[in-house]
Amino acid sequence: MGIDLFPPIASSYAGDIDGLFWLVTYLMGFSLFVTWIAMFYLMFRFKKKEGVKAKYILATGNLKWVILPLLLFVAFDGFVDLNTASVWASIKQKFPAAQDNVRVVARQWDWTFIHSGPDGKLDTADDIESDGELHLKKDTVVYFDLQSQDVIHSFSIPVFRLKQDVIPGRAITSWAKPIMTGSWDLQCTEMCGVNHALMAAKVIVHEEADYNQWVSEQ
Amino acid sequence: MTTIAATHDGGDHASHHEETFVSKYIFPTDHKRIAMQYLMTGLVMFAVGGFMAYVFRMQLAYPGASVPLFGEVDAATYNALITNHATIMIFWVAMPMLIAAFGNYLIPLMIGADDMVFPRLNRLSYQIFFISTIILMVAWLVPGGAFGGSWTSYPPLSSRGEFNGTPIGAPMWVLAVALEIVAFLLGGINFMATTMNSRAPGMKMMDIPIVVWFINIAVLLFMFSVGPLVAGAVLLLLDQTVGTSFYVPTGGGDPVIFQHLFWFFGHPEVYVILIPELGIVAEIITTFARKKIFGYRIIIWTMIVTGILSLVVWAHHQFIAGIDPRMAVIFSITTIMISIPLALIYMLLIATLYGGSIEFKVPMLWAMGMMTEFLVGGLTGIYLGSSAIDIYMHDNTFVMAHFHYTLMPVVFFGGWAGITFWFPKFFGRMLNETLGKIHFWGSTISFNFIFIPLFFLGMSGQQRKIFDYSAFPDINTAAHQDLRVFATTAFLVFIAFQFVFVFNFFKSMMSGPVAGNNPWNSNTLDWQCPSPPPHGNFAELPTVYRGPYEYSVPGRESDFWPQNEPA
Repeated sequence: MGIDLFPPIASSYAGDIDGLFWLVTYLMGFSLFVTWIAMFYLMFRFKKKEGVKAKYILATGNLKWVILPLLLFVAFDGFVDLNTASVWASIKQKFPAAQDNVRVVARQWDWTFIHSGPDGKLDTADDIESDGELHLKKDTVVYFDLQSQDVIHSFSIPVFRLKQDVIPGRAITSWAKPIMTGSWDLQCTEMCGVNHALMAAKVIVHEEADYNQWVSEQ
Repeated sequence: MTTIAATHDGGDHASHHEETFVSKYIFPTDHKRIAMQYLMTGLVMFAVGGFMAYVFRMQLAYPGASVPLFGEVDAATYNALITNHATIMIFWVAMPMLIAAFGNYLIPLMIGADDMVFPRLNRLSYQIFFISTIILMVAWLVPGGAFGGSWTSYPPLSSRGEFNGTPIGAPMWVLAVALEIVAFLLGGINFMATTMNSRAPGMKMMDIPIVVWFINIAVLLFMFSVGPLVAGAVLLLLDQTVGTSFYVPTGGGDPVIFQHLFWFFGHPEVYVILIPELGIVAEIITTFARKKIFGYRIIIWTMIVTGILSLVVWAHHQFIAGIDPRMAVIFSITTIMISIPLALIYMLLIATLYGGSIEFKVPMLWAMGMMTEFLVGGLTGIYLGSSAIDIYMHDNTFVMAHFHYTLMPVVFFGGWAGITFWFPKFFGRMLNETLGKIHFWGSTISFNFIFIPLFFLGMSGQQRKIFDYSAFPDINTAAHQDLRVFATTAFLVFIAFQFVFVFNFFKSMMSGPVAGNNPWNSNTLDWQCPSPPPHGNFAELPTVYRGPYEYSVPGRESDFWPQNEPA
């Protein structure tokens, strides 16, 4: 097919989301094929034959044929629920302590990133503003302070499996811990007007030394 | 035409009237004509929505090229095309075809009534719907063009002309949707009142065919969920036209409230479409398998539970919209839980096949095609119901593939199951089986090849609603483009096969073999009157002696037993 199934796993939690994806694939793939096999078997087995009349069957007394598979499916659902809750909590409910901060400002139709600079704090003199390029340090927990100046946008970095809507009038915090260096796409994933398709940026993850060099060049 | 159907005083009031052209075709009150008006409008809009899909799929496959029959597509046009494609397919195809057309046609016939209880309300319903259609389409011609802010119309984008660039198109879009909803509310009141009051003598609640039950459950669900949307739409219209700030933060408003109001309706709406269609499939399976439905009462009660549950899943559209993350845990569980009652209904329908004598006529192919394909849509919903996976999949083409695997089986497969099944009743003639099979297999195979690539593109990180991917090099490789071209090619093949249906439809309508009253040997009352039924439906209003699914009853020579046939 030529394309990778998933982009690189470039954040600490990307692997957990992919793992959950494959768990659901096994459980639901099994459900899909078992149901298809049952359905197609019955369709061929009970195809009309001359002289053979259909049976007259009441549900009463025969329900075990549907209740047993249903219970298995309920167990699958429960298992997905439990695993979902733990992965979700580790990403969206329990944030690790911040080691760096970036303010992300979205507007029709571009992204501005305000890096905290050497002191690690926003709104100080050493902040580094960059249009269209988000620079991050590998193995460092970074908090994103997401702000919109006009409509709803969505901050999405596929290689991190990170996505969070950016809502005007609200300050929303999100986080990531990059675990791989490289340069990848950053998308807006909420329809935000005519040039929504142009609202692109780059995320660039550096080793610490490279990152410090980038900071010193600013 | 003031006669109320509930009187059951012998259905021959048609002869009291001289019907003029106007009363017959422009302002009819006969439920069957109104159903046909809805069906034809739905089919025309299906072609319109399909044409829009053709234009934007061509743009995705060959960005910047001039699309045959349309021309070049710019970003604003692309956005308007995807917005209107979605709006049309949900509100102007699924609703009029599955609810309004089948509801209007089938309810009086299947419960043994001569018309709806409120025929004039019914007429008003279609008239309002027609006006809403005009408003939606005229919006393409106004300065600024048609609304392009996506069918979810999230504010503040939708609430201010300076954000969306369509200061006239956006309020017209909201107005059209609001009127369309008013039309279906009027129709829905009529459906419920008719089912409750006009049933033939002897027809108890548990003798009502599943499809009529399901249409009524869908209507109730629509009524429960639509109030918040109408309120939300009125506030949005005020934001757009008089500059209030209900949803605009700079004026003290909150944009996320609209999302709640929208999805409180928007998610049950999916079930409003799905439920009647599953009823159609159930009628077809029981008829062509010559089998009593396995667990009729369980199916009805389970669907009521599904309907109730569908009212508490809406926030799964907002997992990453800045809602309290604890709420996502709850909505994730309810969303995944709704698969359980539907799985039960599925298994009961599949169990109905056991011991049958199954004949694969065209309607049965569509019904089983729906069962096969919808399973993919249903089970891929589990991925998206899982809030953690949704962080990645939200608003990418995996979602798009998922919901086209639910809506296409429902609206297209289910719709065509219904159209091919009741065509003999509608027009008194049979469709051509061979052409029907060509249409079925051609559409089914190409349908899968349109949407399977979108699952993989979504997994690789391709987001939705993008007119040209060149700003995103990671997902703009030659391999990605090949998949887009593949999906578009499959869609062109799909379109080509639809012409087979159009030909078959009109050819068979004029010159197909005469159908007779009951070509499928079915039990329900709709098949016990002439095809097409005259004004007033039944020469003598029927009396019901048994449930609708007494097929292959032991000891009887015939393998069916119409509901109105005395023992």
